[in-house]
Order: sequence, then C-alpha cells, then structure tokens
Amino acid sequence: MSLSVLHPGLLTTVQDLGRPGYQQAGVPVGGALDAVALRVANLLVGNDESAAGLEITLRGPCLRFDAGGLFALTGADLSPTLNGQPLQLHRPTWAPVGAELAFGAPRAGCRAYLAVAGGVAVAPVLGSRATYLRAGLGGWHGRALRTGDELPIGAPLPLGQRIIAELAKNQSSIAQARWTPGPQLCPAPRHRPVIRAVQGPEYGQFAVASQRAFWEQPFVVTAAADRMGYRLQGPALARLTDSELLSSAVTHGTVQVPPGGQPIVLLADRQTTGGYPRLAQVITADFGALAQAAPGQVLRFQEVSLDEAQALYLAQERAVRALQRGIQLRFA
Amino acid sequence: MPPGAPAQLYPLGDAAVVVQFGDAISRATHAAIQAFGAHLARHPFVGLRECVPAFTTLTVYYDPWLVSDGGQHPPYETVADTLRALLATVGPPAAAATTNLVEIPVCYGGAWGPDLDFVARHTGLATAEVVARHTAPDYLVHMIGFAPGFPYLGGLDARLATPRLAQPRPRVPAGTVGIAGPQTGIYSLPSPGGWQLIGRTPLRLFDAAWAAPSLLHAGQHLRFVPISAAEYARTQQHEP
Repeated sequence: MSLSVLHPGLLTTVQDLGRPGYQQAGVPVGGALDAVALRVANLLVGNDESAAGLEITLRGPCLRFDAGGLFALTGADLSPTLNGQPLQLHRPTWAPVGAELAFGAPRAGCRAYLAVAGGVAVAPVLGSRATYLRAGLGGWHGRALRTGDELPIGAPLPLGQRIIAELAKNQSSIAQARWTPGPQLCPAPRHRPVIRAVQGPEYGQFAVASQRAFWEQPFVVTAAADRMGYRLQGPALARLTDSELLSSAVTHGTVQVPPGGQPIVLLADRQTTGGYPRLAQVITADFGALAQAAPGQVLRFQEVSLDEAQALYLAQERAVRALQRGIQLRFA
Repeated sequence: MPPGAPAQLYPLGDAAVVVQFGDAISRATHAAIQAFGAHLARHPFVGLRECVPAFTTLTVYYDPWLVSDGGQHPPYETVADTLRALLATVGPPAAAATTNLVEIPVCYGGAWGPDLDFVARHTGLATAEVVARHTAPDYLVHMIGFAPGFPYLGGLDARLATPRLAQPRPRVPAGTVGIAGPQTGIYSLPSPGGWQLIGRTPLRLFDAAWAAPSLLHAGQHLRFVPISAAEYARTQQHEP
C-alpha cells in the first residue's frame, strides 16, 4: 500500500514519538508535537501507539490511497474530506482504493495527525521514523512531503485487520466508525488556550513584576514559529542579573528568555542545550494544547505546582492506556 | 556553590531532574559529571530515558509513568531519592584519560577560514602565531549541544579570544572551525553562525548512519593539527 502525494500542503512531515537516547550527541528527541493526538490516531487504526503517521500543519495536503486503507485523523480540525465528503475527526475511517483525502480551511488548531493502519513504513534513522528537518534526517528523505512522493504504508496489524473487517463490509465505499474515544482524548483546540507550566530553574532570577506578568498577561505566537519553538510577543520580561549563564539542558516545553525579554517556548525539535535563562517549563500534559496554537494566536500561561503537573501527566497516561485496552477488548 | 559542595538536584519540568555539580567551568566539575554519568549508566533505574551532560550539570530524563510504577509513587521524588543514593556511592573521578586524544586536521585561513586575518589583527598576532597557538593545547570536550555533533571545547589560549561577528553569516559550512569570545568550536552541520571562522576540518562530525552519530563526545580530549589545502581536498568527507 502507498499514499500518493497529489499536493503536499504547507508542511506535512512523517512523525512518530521521536528518538530518545541521542541527546548526548546533540540530537533532539523530536517526534509529533502533539504526541497524544498521534498516539490516539494510531490506537484507532489498531497500530502500535508509536507507529509513524503524518503531522499536517494548517494547510493540509491532498493524498490518494493507492489501495484501500484504514485511517484516522486527530488533533486540529483542518476541514478534512474524503472524495469530497466531509469527515469527522477521531474515528476509524475506511478509504476505498483511489480515494482522495483533502483538507480545507483550518477550523480549530494548527496540527492534525493522520495515522494509517500499518503505519508509514519509511526506514528508521537512529531508532525513529520522525523527520528532523534541521539535520535533514529521518522521515521521508529527511524532508517535508512534496508532490509526487509515494509514501509506503505497512501491513495492518491483526487488530487493524479486525477493525477493517467490522467497519468496511463493502470495501468499495467510504465508512466512518460510529465510536470515538472519550472527550478527554479528543480535546477541541481552544481559540485562546491556557497553557499550564511549572517554574523553571532560573525563575527566581526574574523580577517579581516580570514573574507576575508572565502568568497574568497574554502572549501572541509570532510568525517565527516552527517545530523548534515559538517566539512569543508580550510584556518584556526582565532578569535581575546580567551574569552570563552556562549552557545546560533545555527540552520540549522550556520557556527561555533571551536578553530582549521576549520569551521563546521550545518544542520537540529544539536544541538539546541552551544558555538563556529558563523561566518556566510547560507541563507535559499541555504539550498538545501548545502544539495546536498557530501563529497570530493569543495564549496565556497558568502556574501549577510540580505535584499538579505530575498528577495531570499520570491522568493523561491512564486515559491513553484505557483507550488502548478498550479497543483491544472490543476487537478481541 | 563552594568547591567540593554536594551536588544539588532540581526539576526541569515533570520529566527531568537537573543534577548540578558546580557553578563554573572547571575540569574538576567536568570530571565529577563524567564519573556520575558513568555510575548511573552502570546502575540504571526503571524509567531512565537518557542523560545530557553540560558544563556544570547532568540532566536526567525519565518516564514518569514507569518510575512511579503506574502512578503509585510521586515520580520526581522517586527519581531524586534514587539519584541521591547513587551520588552517595559514586567513586572518585577517574584520572583524565589523555590517551583518548582525537586529532582534528584543519586547513587554516584562505577560503576555509575567511576570518583568520581579522583574528590576527584583533589579537595583534601574526596569522602563523594564531595557528600555532590554536593547535598547541589539548582541548577538552565539555559537552555536545547547540546542534547535532557540535562540541563545546575548553582550553582555548586566552590570547586568541575574539568577539563574534556583528552580523552573523546566513550559512557556515559543516566542519568550519571558529572562535567566539573565549570559546572555540566546530560547526557540525551547515547553519547560520556568528563565530569568527579560522579554518575547516575535512572530517564529518555528525552522521546519522553511524551507530554513535557524533564523532566527539563529552569527556574526550582533542588537538587541532594543521593541514594543507591539498591534503584537505584529498581527505574531505563533506557532502558537496
């Protein structure tokens, strides 16, 4: 099976859950910015949650199924259609041979995820199929998709085959399942998201007024926003000292503040180390909400304790694991 | 932190702990980080993802679900307790293994190092003296960061310190050796950059096809060895 790229969209890349283990060599973990959305899409088509899918940014591609295939879309609502027929998100969907998946105007959110039963079957690089654009590695030849690419799709797992057998009694017509995961795993991206964060290691080096401004004032995601991070625009944040910091680890969700005072929030393709003060750290449970903020959107930060962050992390993990078990039981 | 003070632990969000061994760049702090990293590698805990050494810190990434045994224990506290116990049992840093010396051939000046003359003028040294002083020390790889395979080196001759360019170049080729303030380093991938460029090595510093994708790693020592343009052309490994 393969997917033919009739039109690539703005930025469509192959992503999985990233390549941990190489940060010592300066290689970021990378992978889907909204990892929970990709995991859910994979589970809906009977894949392992870490299978490779497509991350689709704002303006979606047009893709043709060169054979019939089971797929699911999660994350942003970018007005998806199959052969012109509007689709719902978060549902296993059967595409007959030759069907064309297209997208229209972005309705909510910035990044949609497409999982196809069997997964995108490119060769792993350093243990992952994720595309790391800066170094040109992983994914489809280390780059975003282009017109004419033919993406190989693996064979569906037995679970995926059972979902297909129930859904697609007639394989020549489109079918969408009636069931979806619970609302916790299908959040509608908010227009003005509130992103929860804990204090970063250098939080105490900032003026109290700047600390307060960070939690209370809105910030705009500027056009300088990519898979490495977003430059934000808002009140200038002042550090009390101008002592030079020594480079130390930064990670997905680190909010760092360069000398100009406008913060940068780092995403999955960030550097592994940095020398700017780390004001805050977005909690893992809100990486999805952060990934769904598009340039021009306004967001706010809300302070939570480490205990709350950990509780929210564990609750999210429980929800994903419950979905996985539920699908396995249903199609046992 | 006073020298010899016990390491400090603090969270970097909800999935990483920073272990800080000092406040300043020093070979002793570096040796303590290396020793603890090796100790942790010999005694990994369930849920350990990976470690990132830097100048004064070792950051330990973990999977909160696994370390908490599915939410039965608080993740950060569990990891911090484990790390404190390991800190109490780590042995003294191993003597610096200077036998582990990597030679980096560099073609200095000309098209490979367009800022060599500027560095000479800025430091008041002849270009040959800049090259002699740059190739004299054994440098220590403190950490890899900024980009895949990019080494942060300690040991630059203080006389060679030169400020960054006012206007960064849009593209610096892979393998270019530069100076920025009191630091020297090697661009491992083509990228924009504001360092003063004094030469270029024909070696690849990063290749995702290698099992260990970075030529260099923290804790290594290296020396720059001057080579001719002809030797550069004969040995160059970079993509055209």
